[in-house]
Amino acid sequence: MELATRYYKSVNYISGPLLFVEGAKDLSYGALVDIWLPDGSKRGGQAIDVSERFAVIQILEETRGLDLANTSISLREHVAKIGVSKEMIGRRFNGIGDPVDGLGPIVPEKRLALTGLPMNPTAREKPEEFIQTGISTIDGLNTLVRGQKLPIFSGAGLPANEIAAQIVRQAKVLGEAEEFAVVFAAMGITMREASFFIKDFEEQGALSKTVIFLNLADDPTIERLLTPRCALTVAEYLAYEHDYQVLVVLTDMTNYCEALREIGTAREEIPGRRGYPGYMYTDLATLYERAGKVKGRKGSITQIPILTMPDDDITHPIPDLTGYITEGQIVLSRQLHRSGVYPPVDAPRCLSRLMNSGIGDGKTRVEHRELANQLYAAYANGRDLRKLVAIIGEEALTDLDKKYLKFAEDFEKIFVNQGVTNRSISDTLNLGWNLLSKHLPKTELRRVQKKHIDQYYGKLMDEMTNVQ
Amino acid sequence: MNGVISRIAGPAVIGKGITGAKMYDIVRVGELGLLGEIIRLDGDTAFIQVYEDTSGLFVGEPIQNTGLPLMAELGPGLLATTYDGIQRPLEMIRAKEGDFISRGVFVDPLAKDKKWHFKPTAKVGDLLSGGDVMGETQEGAFIHRIMMPPTLKGTVSQIVKEGDYTIDQVVCKLQEGTELTMIQKWPVRSRRPYARKLDPNELFITGQRIFDAMFPVALGGNASIPGPFGSGKTVVQQTLAKYSSADIIIYIGCGERGNEMADVLHEFPALTDPKTGRPLMERTVLVANTSNMPVAAREASIYTGITLAEYYRDMGYNVALMADSTSRWAEAMREISSRLEEMPGEEGYPTYLGTRLAAFYERAGRIICLGKDSRNGSVTIVGAVSPPGGDFSEPVTQSTLRIVGTFWALDASLANRRHFPAINWGKSYSLYQEHLHTWYEKNVSPDFGNVVQQMMAILQKESELQEVVQLVGPDALQDNERLVIEAGKMIREDFLQQNAYSEVDGYCPMEKQYGILKAITHFYQKAQELLKVGGTIDIVLESPLLETIGRLKDVMMKDWSKTLESLLKEVKAWNLQPVTTSR
Repeated sequence: MELATRYYKSVNYISGPLLFVEGAKDLSYGALVDIWLPDGSKRGGQAIDVSERFAVIQILEETRGLDLANTSISLREHVAKIGVSKEMIGRRFNGIGDPVDGLGPIVPEKRLALTGLPMNPTAREKPEEFIQTGISTIDGLNTLVRGQKLPIFSGAGLPANEIAAQIVRQAKVLGEAEEFAVVFAAMGITMREASFFIKDFEEQGALSKTVIFLNLADDPTIERLLTPRCALTVAEYLAYEHDYQVLVVLTDMTNYCEALREIGTAREEIPGRRGYPGYMYTDLATLYERAGKVKGRKGSITQIPILTMPDDDITHPIPDLTGYITEGQIVLSRQLHRSGVYPPVDAPRCLSRLMNSGIGDGKTRVEHRELANQLYAAYANGRDLRKLVAIIGEEALTDLDKKYLKFAEDFEKIFVNQGVTNRSISDTLNLGWNLLSKHLPKTELRRVQKKHIDQYYGKLMDEMTNVQ
Repeated sequence: MNGVISRIAGPAVIGKGITGAKMYDIVRVGELGLLGEIIRLDGDTAFIQVYEDTSGLFVGEPIQNTGLPLMAELGPGLLATTYDGIQRPLEMIRAKEGDFISRGVFVDPLAKDKKWHFKPTAKVGDLLSGGDVMGETQEGAFIHRIMMPPTLKGTVSQIVKEGDYTIDQVVCKLQEGTELTMIQKWPVRSRRPYARKLDPNELFITGQRIFDAMFPVALGGNASIPGPFGSGKTVVQQTLAKYSSADIIIYIGCGERGNEMADVLHEFPALTDPKTGRPLMERTVLVANTSNMPVAAREASIYTGITLAEYYRDMGYNVALMADSTSRWAEAMREISSRLEEMPGEEGYPTYLGTRLAAFYERAGRIICLGKDSRNGSVTIVGAVSPPGGDFSEPVTQSTLRIVGTFWALDASLANRRHFPAINWGKSYSLYQEHLHTWYEKNVSPDFGNVVQQMMAILQKESELQEVVQLVGPDALQDNERLVIEAGKMIREDFLQQNAYSEVDGYCPMEKQYGILKAITHFYQKAQELLKVGGTIDIVLESPLLETIGRLKDVMMKDWSKTLESLLKEVKAWNLQPVTTSR
């Protein structure tokens, strides 16, 4: 602890969110500082480049009112940290971890560095516990497992928030009752969206299990860079030191990336694609990779980041780089949404990379993988035929093609469009068999083994449940 | 030797007053002793890329120069180990430091206390030069040859008797006084020398039909798999690691997902090598530098990996190196280059991107090793590329394509319809087919090349016809054209699709590959004949033979020749019996 606080007064350049201070060479790289304004108020900042001559401070709030003559800087902490405690569950914080629910400060049990440390790859537990979300397109076709990071790729106006809230509400690991917590980090979303989540958590009684970090649309942009790190540091603390099963919802990653771009431009860095910084991949990885499980510890961190694809473009740098880091993605479709399907999950473009380790005998059902492949293939075929019908009309199709067409229609209407219901995994799988049996002949089912066809094909829903 | 930090900006640190600093020297930065490498010298200042997170460093902290470049430590004990990008053994770090990697840790790459049974093969008075074998030890299933370091030469004045030694103990002395242990060190950024390169005229067998039959890579060749995310790149690489014909596998997870690495770490020890029946891990070295680990170490990981590969190649083994993904490597270069404020080339990548990629891929090859016994060894490189947005025109894909011999184009639309491996047969190519012609003739069948050619032609024809179907519907086609479409579908579904997770179909021997092709061609030819003598396409489509051929890939090898034989007989006997007179 230093006795006297040292103030650096030689601020000689302010540009965008950056402030250049001369002679501040005893600041460490990454240090958190207080910026004192001429009127006596104070703002936060972080050192992002230090050298003998000057230090570059990134201001976490707005720069209005700063001047060169009277602004001064003082050190708050050498490394950006957040105080964590179990008490944080049920509380609400701003984007940099100060309580905003009027219940007073928390008493931290520990202070942890926001950047965290990379997990040793050999310490990682292979994620393989099936999480039932109650949503058929996820459980049946793109299974979520504990410790996975599965983002929702949404578009403006699509119900990603509703789906995320539904997952939070319904997610459970079969046959287990363990302590769970939700860490919710909002970055640049509107008050309306934030209160939707808070109200939803409240209604389902999950609010007392939730840690909320709010950086709303009108909050300082640069603060957004710290919000997910605060959230994940708390999540790691709860998961690895208190054995919680933590579900982290990060929304909206698009706003986070835009903040990153803003800083990059202010630092006059060479921009990468569409002006986003070249290190965006690495930066996103340091967030997403904090999902997982550690060998020998009970807790886990499962992440559901939500991002908005600008102009529904999946090749935009934000969804693109995210997809390269996360273990799959749930993509929403505007076309399904318009035709009234909820959840409008665009199955062919979705993926869960950890699905295979979470399903199968003893976890879900033995034929799960094959059935999912069959449903995918049949649906893809049906969708292709739709394009054909648009050109040549339905009459020109063969009988078999017509069957596929009908299958695709029912698949969307019944399997995908489940509304807000909570479907068990066996209901989901039975429904899949049911649709296949209803529309397609046995000989078309090339992706499933014969013995499973014999077991499930043409059976009624109740009969299938009895077979097991 | 000591200097001080004068500036810190992310992973780039500038140091002053480091006397005797040379390019690519390894330095220890700050009180914590973070590892870094000098990448630019300018008068008194040195630019250092630091392999660890630099938060909390101060200007004025000391910098210590080791005076040596980044070296790989080579010796028995490499196999079955998992390293990070700068060859720190991750399991030992975990034992020492816990589940998260703290900074400034250093652990020896090879265990110093373990004893190895050394059997000398050279004797006093022998004149040894670089690459000559002086002894050997058993490392798992492999004979680990203890070789003279490539740069040394001398007469043996003393060599130990057969027995157990640690890797630190001197096992051999040369007349001029050099003492040799079982380890040697090699600077990772330079290639290890060899006597001569050989032509790539042997197949690198993968057991994957689309690769072995259609787009082969030669032993000692290099291949690239670019593909958008979710198209199955990682699965392909892991399948190759499992089933390919290499002795030793070096798997570099370069900027890879942590959970996928955990999957590899979990799965490899449990898998058995189809050839030896021993755990696959025993022949594997993993270099894991996940995406959240420091970016400079990611840049180094590729070099560390290829150096380990070359070391085993020099012993006379066939080594396969999988790099997943070289795009992350290129991005690491870009990140560091931009911190150095270098003038960028295309899309912000440094202008030397192409040179670095070429230098890496050229470290592949089938060679005659240094040493008197002229052993053969090879390194085959399979590099994954992750083009942003699946756009192959970006700089990393384009620079890679100029270099590699085989190109496996992954296709998202195939992956979306769950056609795996999702390799687009229209866009992929292999430049090794010419070189491998004789190999196929000798080892598979003289007409193998022909059969594959026919198949490719059918696929090409099918895709043309599909375009017509898209416009006017299938009814507009004639029966023989619809037959082409059916044959194309058979090739796609019954031959090209292969389930990497299937117990039977995960690995498909050449004999079976050839057999399935044979079955499809015979069926196709027979159907053509039937159409000529008045058969209709509906009869062809209703044939039960279709389903039998469709299930061929799940036939076990012990039943294979019998099944194929009876199937071919059935095809031959197939005729127009149930033909209806009404048409």
